[in-house]
Amino acid sequence: MTEFSALLTSILTITLQAGTSLTYATLGEIYTERSGVLNLGLEGMMLLGAVTAFATSYYTDNPWLAVLVAIIVGGLLATVHAFLTVTMRANQVVSGLSITLFGTGMANFLGQRLGPPEYGGNLVGLVAESFRPTPIPFLSGIPVLGALFKQDILTYGLYILIPLAWYYLYKTRNGLNLRAVGEDPQTADAMGINVFQVRYLYTIFGGMLVGLGGAHLSLAYAPGWTENITGGRGWIVIALVIFAMWNPARAILGAILFGGINAVQFRLQAAGTTFPAAVLNMLPYLLTIIVLVIMTWWEALSKRVGAPAALSKAYMREDK
Amino acid sequence: MQIIFEKRESVSRQAVILVPIVSFLVSLLFGAILLALSGANPFITYGAMFSGAFGTWNRFTETLVKAIPLMLTGLGVSIAFRMRFWNIGAEGQLTLGGVAAAGVALYLSQGLPGWLVLLLCILAGCIAGAIWAGVPAILKAYLKVDETLTTLMLNYVAILFSEQLYYVSWRAPGYNSGTAPFPETAWLPRIAGRAHIGLFFAIILAGILWFVFNRTRWGFELKIIGENQTAARYLGIDIERNIVLAILLSGAISGLAGASEVLGIARRLQQGLSVGYGYTAIIVAWMAQLNPIVILFVGILMAALLVGGDQIQMKMRLPAAVGLVLQGMILIPMLAGSIFTEYHIRIIRPQKTGVEAEA
Repeated sequence: MTEFSALLTSILTITLQAGTSLTYATLGEIYTERSGVLNLGLEGMMLLGAVTAFATSYYTDNPWLAVLVAIIVGGLLATVHAFLTVTMRANQVVSGLSITLFGTGMANFLGQRLGPPEYGGNLVGLVAESFRPTPIPFLSGIPVLGALFKQDILTYGLYILIPLAWYYLYKTRNGLNLRAVGEDPQTADAMGINVFQVRYLYTIFGGMLVGLGGAHLSLAYAPGWTENITGGRGWIVIALVIFAMWNPARAILGAILFGGINAVQFRLQAAGTTFPAAVLNMLPYLLTIIVLVIMTWWEALSKRVGAPAALSKAYMREDK
Repeated sequence: MQIIFEKRESVSRQAVILVPIVSFLVSLLFGAILLALSGANPFITYGAMFSGAFGTWNRFTETLVKAIPLMLTGLGVSIAFRMRFWNIGAEGQLTLGGVAAAGVALYLSQGLPGWLVLLLCILAGCIAGAIWAGVPAILKAYLKVDETLTTLMLNYVAILFSEQLYYVSWRAPGYNSGTAPFPETAWLPRIAGRAHIGLFFAIILAGILWFVFNRTRWGFELKIIGENQTAARYLGIDIERNIVLAILLSGAISGLAGASEVLGIARRLQQGLSVGYGYTAIIVAWMAQLNPIVILFVGILMAALLVGGDQIQMKMRLPAAVGLVLQGMILIPMLAGSIFTEYHIRIIRPQKTGVEAEA
């Protein structure tokens, strides 16, 4: 029995570690999409957040400053996306893709350029100040669930951010305005809400959380910098937003599911199974597709899933 | 002061040509600033990139080697993009095309006449690419499942599958990774250096696609579906069937890219098949504004950035990613500029009389 609870504890711990960056980015993208803007640039934003955060921490020994830098970098890239899609009315899908392509190239470039000259500018293989798990006294002693309180500080941040994000979206005036803009920008405009301002605001806010998610990868989950450290997480997040049905309270669910697969995979590999690793590694991606099919099907049936009606549509005032 | 956007009746011809060129220049300028900030001379770097890509005949053929898969995948995704089907799975379709061609070359080629082997390998590559694109197409057409995610997720599945094959299942004895070399009957003939006849496939396909898009009823139907689905339905066009057919073709061309890559370059399945051509294809198609003939030239330009990037890494110890940054940067000014091709922009200054100029 103790062995079983130890197994559960370890799976839960790894799940939370793997799920933290996903959850931050999911929360960010939920806010962005709620305003009617689809941002497919997450992969590039997370990568650029991860590399700038790691470099900052390496030079300043201050992971907090590093997180701040990643937040700013994520916000800046999101500003570009907002400018292209809100002001210039560019296609949101292509704009997001271009942010991802640019962010990926730029992150690779910086990863080979920001490092110290004695390493030829390379950041790969360096060690920087990172966020280590800081157990909370007493709470971390609870069997199994104690794993929730043996995490790093950024994970704890989620325990506060998720309820706040839910409350803001559903219980405040600003949250109502945000939802109105995503559902029906024409009416929101008529009500006196500045649609363009709202879309800029939440696209940038969302980008900041995505950058923070990237920072968690290089500062806590897998401290260090490697090219493609995100491994497609930025894309999985797009699916997690659908899985969460655009509700911040459910953002954690998808992260647990996908973080959980990571954890089980890790355990199985540690146990030395003959099961091909490739099949296990494919699971998160296949599962994303299956989740997407089920959610789409369910939405068609019940209409209760709640994709913002104006998602990925540019708003043009003259069209009124 | 107020800025007014008026939708143009037809796209501005000048802007269609100018916007991509200006965008490329903006990207070069941004790259120059970045290089200067990181302590490298941008002029020398760009000069080295240019001569690295075009300086000698040998280097030019290497640029062609990289241009071939970019042209083919660029053509592939352009078909999908015309219909607003965001196929970003060219990478996976290419990978699986390469896997299928390798499978036929290695395991099904014994006892067949030589000319048939190569043909079967290429055909297998096309079919595999088509299937890999067909799954998202069917999900999209009949269940309305978002294709951006399905095509992208399948990239990872295809790449992991190919790794399983060349690291484990198909690994040749005595190698750490990679299959045995293909029999010579499965080799795609080369034209110059390592540049192979995949180049001709790309040129011929570009011509065919141009004809289909501009001169046939099917091309017209695809165009209507992309522009206005409601109108397409009123015209009695079978949207679902057309989406699936067009995406099968899109995937088949990316599969062909993968097949020509393994049959023409490495001539065995090994690491390095999936190096991001399928993603760069998106830039190629968009920068060429989905025009198949222009895609050929943009393909060469993007390949030059890759080869030039490799050259400065070898010669100047600068990151090859400079090429990727320049590629990724091009789309951003292009998207901002697309507003000039589709809209008239008028600036209205408020009158001094104090009357509110409310549109």
